[in-house]
Amino acid sequence: MTGISVPGTNLAMEVQQASGAAGAAWLLLVLPALGAAVLLIGGRRTDKWGHLLGSGTVIAAFVYGLFLFLGTTSLAEDQRVRDLHLFDWMPVNALDVEFGLRIDPLSLTFVLLITGVGALIHIYSIGYMADDRDRRRFFAYLNLFVSAMLLLVLGNGFVTLYFGWEGVGLASFLLIGWYQGKDFAATAAKKAFLMNRVGDVGLALAIFLMFKTMGSTQYDVVFAQIGNQSTATVVAIGLLLLLGACGKSGQFPLQAWLPDAMAGPTPVSALIHAATMVTAGVYLIARCAPIYSLPQAADARLAVMVIGAVTLLIGCVIGCAYDDFKKVLAYSTVSQIGYMILAVGLGPAGYAFGILHLLTHGFFKAGLFLGAGSVMHGMNDEGDIRRMGGLARKMPVTFITWTLGYLALIGFPFLSGYFSKDAIIAAAFSEPGNRGWVFGGIALLGAGLTAFYMTRLLILVFLGKPRWKDLKSEDGRDYHPHEAPATMTIPMIVLAVGSVFAGLVLSGMLPEWLTPSIGPLVEAHGPLSHGMIAVLTVAISALGAGLAFLLFGRGEQPVTRPRRVSFPVRAARADLYGNHLNEALFARPGTWLTRALVYIDNRGVDGLVNGIAASLGGSSGRLRRMQTGFVRSYALSMLGGSILVIAALLMVRFG
Amino acid sequence: MTPSYYLLLSALLFTIGAVGVLVRRNAIVVFMCVELMLNAVNLTLVTFARINGTLSGQVMAFFVMVVAAAEVVVGLAIIMSIFRTRRTASVDDANLLKY
Repeated sequence: MTGISVPGTNLAMEVQQASGAAGAAWLLLVLPALGAAVLLIGGRRTDKWGHLLGSGTVIAAFVYGLFLFLGTTSLAEDQRVRDLHLFDWMPVNALDVEFGLRIDPLSLTFVLLITGVGALIHIYSIGYMADDRDRRRFFAYLNLFVSAMLLLVLGNGFVTLYFGWEGVGLASFLLIGWYQGKDFAATAAKKAFLMNRVGDVGLALAIFLMFKTMGSTQYDVVFAQIGNQSTATVVAIGLLLLLGACGKSGQFPLQAWLPDAMAGPTPVSALIHAATMVTAGVYLIARCAPIYSLPQAADARLAVMVIGAVTLLIGCVIGCAYDDFKKVLAYSTVSQIGYMILAVGLGPAGYAFGILHLLTHGFFKAGLFLGAGSVMHGMNDEGDIRRMGGLARKMPVTFITWTLGYLALIGFPFLSGYFSKDAIIAAAFSEPGNRGWVFGGIALLGAGLTAFYMTRLLILVFLGKPRWKDLKSEDGRDYHPHEAPATMTIPMIVLAVGSVFAGLVLSGMLPEWLTPSIGPLVEAHGPLSHGMIAVLTVAISALGAGLAFLLFGRGEQPVTRPRRVSFPVRAARADLYGNHLNEALFARPGTWLTRALVYIDNRGVDGLVNGIAASLGGSSGRLRRMQTGFVRSYALSMLGGSILVIAALLMVRFG
Repeated sequence: MTPSYYLLLSALLFTIGAVGVLVRRNAIVVFMCVELMLNAVNLTLVTFARINGTLSGQVMAFFVMVVAAAEVVVGLAIIMSIFRTRRTASVDDANLLKY
């Protein structure tokens, strides 16, 4: 047992060795990994029961996770952080990377979210993917994803985290590009992979820097020694970790891949791009609380807050303009993760709220996505909300569950979003000085915009006149909206129940439960009281929702999107020029650079090499002529040579 | 008896040999000129041995003689076989080994 107090912070870390039931925590990783392996290696032979095995492993992992969770709650608070050493992964002289797991409140929270929501989505996929002949492979990838994500949150060092980090990147790539035959899906998968790489480079550099300055990449060593490092090192590590978080969580300026990732099947959007994988960035920053809480890291923390605030606004604004059901939800995800990043950037006053919002968001956003999937399932895979409308009657279960998720997201009083988002807004307002007003104001504005675009979505999809009646889908069929099968509706109902009650249940106990991992919650008080902020948030959300009703709730809505629109709408439709920005700043200079390099390579390097070869070949061709075959001329040159050598010797000797 | 006369003589002999190698075409004559050069060197070696009062020069001269004897055997055999195949002993005609 080692007791390490982190200097400069209020985090006292007690790391225990795991034993007993927790000693088999590796089962959590191995079960889904085994499922993926069996399904991928077994091939078509496992087609019949593949989806059952895939769902079974995740459910088993969830049950075991629940068991671990209950076991941990019964421990004393200072014994709840446990490390499980599995094996020495890379014992190389100074670099000793061990493969171990950290079982603590933070990782267990994520384990329950990942396996719980993951299990529901597996079940949902049984129905959703029923017509896909490769359903087994789909479940293999889902299992792979769950396993990698669990490794990400359970690893007890940055290298194990990175392993899982790359694993979820791979699974995400495979699943976004599920419809490989379609160009846009393949492109979206590539885009996601590449933009993730940009973030991964940041994370990798952060790990290198840790190893260079502290000689280890294990959490316990790094967190114990980070306080002794220079300010520059701490800030650099903080910023590089933030870059990693930006890539994985779709934060500005790497947000553009997330909406495109909607090219994957809807369960994937729900599981990976709403509930779990994209929250890895939030996890990373919360896990590194001992780094970000340091006074030296104040600048890095400010950068985290700025990124979160900017992203939450970008996501909201773009979400208001899109007409694609899933893309609106995707931008909503971008902005909600912006809230979480903002929260964890607030430091000890916000870590717990960031995680709380992550959990409640996991419930309602997964539910919203599954609802979207159910709608699209019943509408011939149509995603354009302008071709929907009036679906509430046709799909009552979907409508009710979706509406509950919607209310939770916009922060309807006493639903889950109300507790988590209000807490973040209040914490943002409590930042000292002008910062509080800026970040709090942005968060508040975001709440209003969220209510606006979500209400727009609700009206255009479920309410109003059924605009689909006279239309045909792209493949020429009429629309016959119908309710989804039970395997799809049951997960939606469970998630809707979670959306309603998660905030109420979790908000009280989560900060205390997470204390051993991320330190105690520091209650911060700003210029406005919590009650006032709650009232203000609800008022602004109501304003946004009311505005949406005014704009979209009355009269006819056009079936095609209006062309003549104001500049803000055009900008928002173009992703606020995020893609243009990326292309202008990185892609095109990159192309120029590679073109210039190719030119230099062809003309310069190759020219040099070829030139030397050609001149050598030419001159030796001429020198060859000296071999005349006449012995006497050889003898003459020998004599000449000898005379030269002797003359040279004599010169040296007597000259 | 001045040793330098011997050295002058050997230089003269060596020059005759060298010029002979360079200007004559008949392989036998070229061969004899090579022998002449070898023996000019022998003379030099022996002379220096005498001047310095050591034996090493004389030992070297014996070596040269032995090697020269062996060389004559091999060289004459080569010239004989060239003559047999080409009916000539001109060194300029034996010029197959070239570029």
